[in-house]
Amino acid sequence: MNTNTSSTGQLLVLRKLLRHPSAMIGASIIIFFIVLALFAPLIATHDPIDTDIKNRLKGWSTENLLGTDGTGRDVFSRVLYGARISLWVGFIAMTFSLGFGAIFGSVAGYYGGWLDNLIMRVMDMLLAMPSILLAMVIVTILGQSLTNAIIAVSIVYIPQYARILRSSVLKVRELDYVTAAKVIGASDIRILFTTVLPNCLAPLIVQATLGIGAAILDAAGLSFLGLGAEIGIPEWGAMLHENTKHIRRAPLAVTSPGLAIFLVVLGFNLLGDALRDALDPQID
Amino acid sequence: MLSYLVQRFLSIGLSLLGVSILVFLMVHLIPGDPALVIAGERATQEVLTQIREDLGLDKPLVYQYGIFLWDLAHLDLGHSFKTNQPVIEEIKRYFPATAELTLAAMAFSIAFGIFFGIIAAVFRGRLFDYLSMSISLAGISIPIFWLGLMLILLFSHLWDILPATGRLDTVLSLDIETHTGFYLIDTLIAGNAKAFKNAIAHLILPAITLGTIPLAIIARMTRSSLLEVLNQPYITTAYAKGLSKWVVIIKHALKNSMVPVLTVIGLEFGYLMGGAILTEHIFSWSGLGSWLRISVEARDVRAVQGGVLFVSALFMFVNLIVDLLYAYFDPRIRVGDEAK
Repeated sequence: MNTNTSSTGQLLVLRKLLRHPSAMIGASIIIFFIVLALFAPLIATHDPIDTDIKNRLKGWSTENLLGTDGTGRDVFSRVLYGARISLWVGFIAMTFSLGFGAIFGSVAGYYGGWLDNLIMRVMDMLLAMPSILLAMVIVTILGQSLTNAIIAVSIVYIPQYARILRSSVLKVRELDYVTAAKVIGASDIRILFTTVLPNCLAPLIVQATLGIGAAILDAAGLSFLGLGAEIGIPEWGAMLHENTKHIRRAPLAVTSPGLAIFLVVLGFNLLGDALRDALDPQID
Repeated sequence: MLSYLVQRFLSIGLSLLGVSILVFLMVHLIPGDPALVIAGERATQEVLTQIREDLGLDKPLVYQYGIFLWDLAHLDLGHSFKTNQPVIEEIKRYFPATAELTLAAMAFSIAFGIFFGIIAAVFRGRLFDYLSMSISLAGISIPIFWLGLMLILLFSHLWDILPATGRLDTVLSLDIETHTGFYLIDTLIAGNAKAFKNAIAHLILPAITLGTIPLAIIARMTRSSLLEVLNQPYITTAYAKGLSKWVVIIKHALKNSMVPVLTVIGLEFGYLMGGAILTEHIFSWSGLGSWLRISVEARDVRAVQGGVLFVSALFMFVNLIVDLLYAYFDPRIRVGDEAK
């Protein structure tokens, strides 16, 4: 069961991934955007928040590669800096959901009983609502800001990780070597880390990859509704929110941030699907 | 079947109770003084007292929840802090627009999704299969708010063949009396063909926007489910009897491959309710989604509570209907249940 974590297992997975076309396309897209995000200050031609009212709603030119928006800001530079924000949002939200999901799921699975029931019923309840609606409930509670949008999106995706962890814990809890570990006095935390986590790493990696894409999409959706990133921040969804009313005069200001969201999410979805195939020992 | 129904209704009741606790706690989870947050910084003491009284903030928590549930049982969702209208009336007013949009999107996605899925399965491994599956993969990743904006850019601004916003041209809407709130039905009742056509034209882009992602998912599911069924021995038997390819697919294989597709359709309905919020914002569609967005922005807690409860209840009942449809498509479920 632990072959996935051994070095030969890893090599096998890597070999499968390298042969998988969607893994390569997905990874290339993601790496491309990571590079854009890292070198944004070097590549950008303008300051992303500098307004220039005289040059508002300009079309494509050598000066402004993707034109300018309603307040004369350079769309190309804003899309570049947007990559920093969106990737960061996706990564942070995924980490939070994964962390809390892992804690809730393993506690529920390991201890069972009423605690399990309580935790999983709350998780079911969160799953019973469309994700954007739940995120909106959280924004109503916390108020509108980019940070709160990240918190909202993180909470929305906790149940998915909790479910994966719980079912893995249930599977290994009764195994002889876990009982043996208990008998020799290993702590619960130690057992969780040494026996449970290695066994559910594969589905977690897949879910986390897809989860980054989903978090980016939902956070951008909130910002597009005007319920996420504050006005002026070069976040892709917020850029769409601000520029929708100028769609006729400056179509590039609407087309480019949306295309960026689409590509990044596509990248994570392709890689996630490929990882699922590669990590599944039944598919060769 | 009956015991199954009772069991399902009970579980829906329990889930709704859970959601009601969550939305009830919304008020108490607001950091700081909820009344101040709801009314805004410049609120007078009088307004604050009124809001505190309305929310029952001065009473013990359990007592407050009791009152909340009691009102809920009487379909009293309180008054919106922003418009001062009963929330239930607002939901009644805005829901038909959302229902019309959602149903149109659902019809679009089911019809085209199943069609593309069948074609892809039948022509497996050929160009059309690859083409439709690549498009559906893209369809899953596309941000629907961006898709909507691109459709507006192309069909309204560039080619000028479809309207971009609203549900009906203002000039026409003056002649139409609201009976059902469904403009397609109301225009028909009024016998106004021009307005009916106009309403359809307004519905096309939002329905395509909202329906594209479910279409992609339904197409993928239909394809894989149909491929699995087509490998079954009874299909070989049907071919051996000399039946033609399409008779086998339509009459023998399709119905049996519909159970997983149905599950996806049920799940997608929840997505549609969420997607409707974004779609309505793009197309200035005055439905429940737009209303909820404005309520969240204004932190109109009562309205958000009511809206969330309503949408969650709707979502659960649709899933119940989907479960009941399983029994129609797969008699084994029906029989298995009775055998217990």
